[in-house]
Amino acid sequence: MELLRFFTAGNVDDGKSTLIGRLLLDSGSISTDIIETLTRQSKTAGENTTIDLALLTDGLRAEREQGITIDVAYKYFSTPNRKFIIADTPGHAQYTRNMFTGASTADLAIILIDARNGVTEQTKRHTIISSVLGIPHILVCINKMDLVAYSQERYEEIKADFEKTTKSLNLNKVSFIPASALSGENVVTASDKLSWHQGPSLLEFLETIPVEAVKMNNAARFQVQYVIRPQTTELHDYRGYAGTLWSGELAAGDEVKVLPGDFVTRITKIEHNLQEVPTAKAGQPVVLQLEDDIDISRGAWIVPLAKTPFVSNQVKATLCWMDNQAFRTGIVKLVLQQGSARIKAAIKEIDYKIDIESFDKLPSDEELRLNELASVKIRLASPLIYDGYDQNRYSGSFILINEYTNQTVAAGVLNNELVLD
Amino acid sequence: MSDYLDRLEAEAIHVLRETAGQFERPALLFSGGKDSICLVHLALKAFSPGKFPFPLVHVDTGHNFPEALAFRDNLAEKLGEKLIVRRVEDTLKRKGIPDAKGKFPSRNALQTHTLLETIEEFEFDACIGGARRDEEKARAKERFFSVRDEFGQWDPKLQRPELWNIYNGKIHKGENVRVFPISNWTELDVWNYILRENIELPSIYFTHERECVVTESGQLMTTNEFVTLDGADVVETRLVRYRTVGDMTCTAAVESRAVNVADIIDELKNATVSERGATRMDDRISEAAMEDRKKGGYF
Repeated sequence: MELLRFFTAGNVDDGKSTLIGRLLLDSGSISTDIIETLTRQSKTAGENTTIDLALLTDGLRAEREQGITIDVAYKYFSTPNRKFIIADTPGHAQYTRNMFTGASTADLAIILIDARNGVTEQTKRHTIISSVLGIPHILVCINKMDLVAYSQERYEEIKADFEKTTKSLNLNKVSFIPASALSGENVVTASDKLSWHQGPSLLEFLETIPVEAVKMNNAARFQVQYVIRPQTTELHDYRGYAGTLWSGELAAGDEVKVLPGDFVTRITKIEHNLQEVPTAKAGQPVVLQLEDDIDISRGAWIVPLAKTPFVSNQVKATLCWMDNQAFRTGIVKLVLQQGSARIKAAIKEIDYKIDIESFDKLPSDEELRLNELASVKIRLASPLIYDGYDQNRYSGSFILINEYTNQTVAAGVLNNELVLD
Repeated sequence: MSDYLDRLEAEAIHVLRETAGQFERPALLFSGGKDSICLVHLALKAFSPGKFPFPLVHVDTGHNFPEALAFRDNLAEKLGEKLIVRRVEDTLKRKGIPDAKGKFPSRNALQTHTLLETIEEFEFDACIGGARRDEEKARAKERFFSVRDEFGQWDPKLQRPELWNIYNGKIHKGENVRVFPISNWTELDVWNYILRENIELPSIYFTHERECVVTESGQLMTTNEFVTLDGADVVETRLVRYRTVGDMTCTAAVESRAVNVADIIDELKNATVSERGATRMDDRISEAAMEDRKKGGYF
């Protein structure tokens, strides 16, 4: 069985939570006791006839009271062939950082547009984030078709507008589907009222599109998370490097380079699933043993000799500022975390900000505010081993942590370039 | 690697290794239930041939099923891993906290006191638990690394964003992190994994004859020394199993003839009632029961 992870994004009233509720309900993923509770809650919340589907995903008390999604809610459902993980993310502008979060692990983005309103500021914001995070497939769901009399003309108009507006964004695959989440038209089953639409229903689409990995180069990238040293009589000299092989393939006998340090050695043994295996494949958690006894600590990378990553104490990146407190150059002490590596860091320059409506580059005002996207130059206390995000989702991404508050204040993707002084 | 169980397993092992790498004194909360048994299995895969970089910790409410306790002790012994047990009863006595009352006296909320005491006693900075997001709506919002203040409180509005494979476990002294490696697993995923990996479980997960009383809401509660029966109660012997293993006083049995894991999976595919709905008395109290318990330091 395959796994497809997707996230949903939309305006507050686009009916995002309703759409997910509809998928869960109509695919038979909701138990009767939960439906009973919801019916009771829908009455408390003021709706007295039908179940308020949004209550399925709005799990916190404040969300139910305010009728908005505040945080990312993860929901699960499966059909006979696929398991789905949904990250339902808030539409409200002040929680855009949560959408960035939900999107970072997604194979697919569903961007919801209210058929009455068409493409809005937030549609653009969500699309640019999908673009920055390199989501392999974007599905634009034009919802509330019931409120525009299921008009094909209106649908085509929005579709054309979306294509025109996002032309400069370098998006991967984009598909369009008309639907009405509230009444269930074209969500699980095809709708007579939308018979002009040649194509699958939303669920059919989700079940059949190929699960595409985010674009990755095929160079092997393994990062050390933990060093296993049993120090028992039988395993006195055992030293295993535990971590996940994020991309590519490694085989016992391969000559590899350890970074930082530039040390060349050979893999003597690979363990996976409590067994010795000849090769490690992308995505597998493994333990590597090396020929030479070198000092390798957490956060180090083990890579093939042929395709080595960049090494520099300066990087350029696009980042999303996620903290309520705005950033001014030079003020906060930061730590950059990439996978399991942590390095002290400082944002040296804000090259430009990205206007999320026009997608234009704006001159910087030396300040980064919540939910702003910017291209920055970061200086590090010691070299970072990295690839461009467009080459590798894991060696090309990072978060920034405020050293005083320990909060995650930004997330970023690295440019595919070596930055020198 | 596209098989969904492989992807879920890899994610859980990554999170366990991050916990070992980022914290000085982690612990794995082990109850003898299926979710924490899966965690132990995943920890074996994450750290073998080394020992676990954390002890197993059990907060014993005193109302646990004897089968689960025996299983707990056997497993710890078989693996040669350290097991720490702290008892709710001792906390209640020491702190003069009144015990749970009523017909089905539940110490579920009271175990938070013992958990927080145990965290303080051993200065644990991370506690790994088997909670899953599909269990409950408030849990659906929980992070893999959930930061708690020194009172163990959860603030759902101040959660750290979690992106890609990056987990920020940096904390100030006194704070601790609850870690949930199987966050993305559903009940059915857990059973499919148990089947695939041939993981051993306590016997009460499978069908057996048991003396039960039927509650007003139709739940089957086992009779035992902690439950007070009144004249109106009719005790019946039924063929049951447990879908979750919590306390004997607040976990209901379900009628079942499932003798093995494959039977259980078939049963769940046709089930119309959710896991917590079928088996827990305590979540029926209010819509936000779990959210409130978590804010107070519960898992």
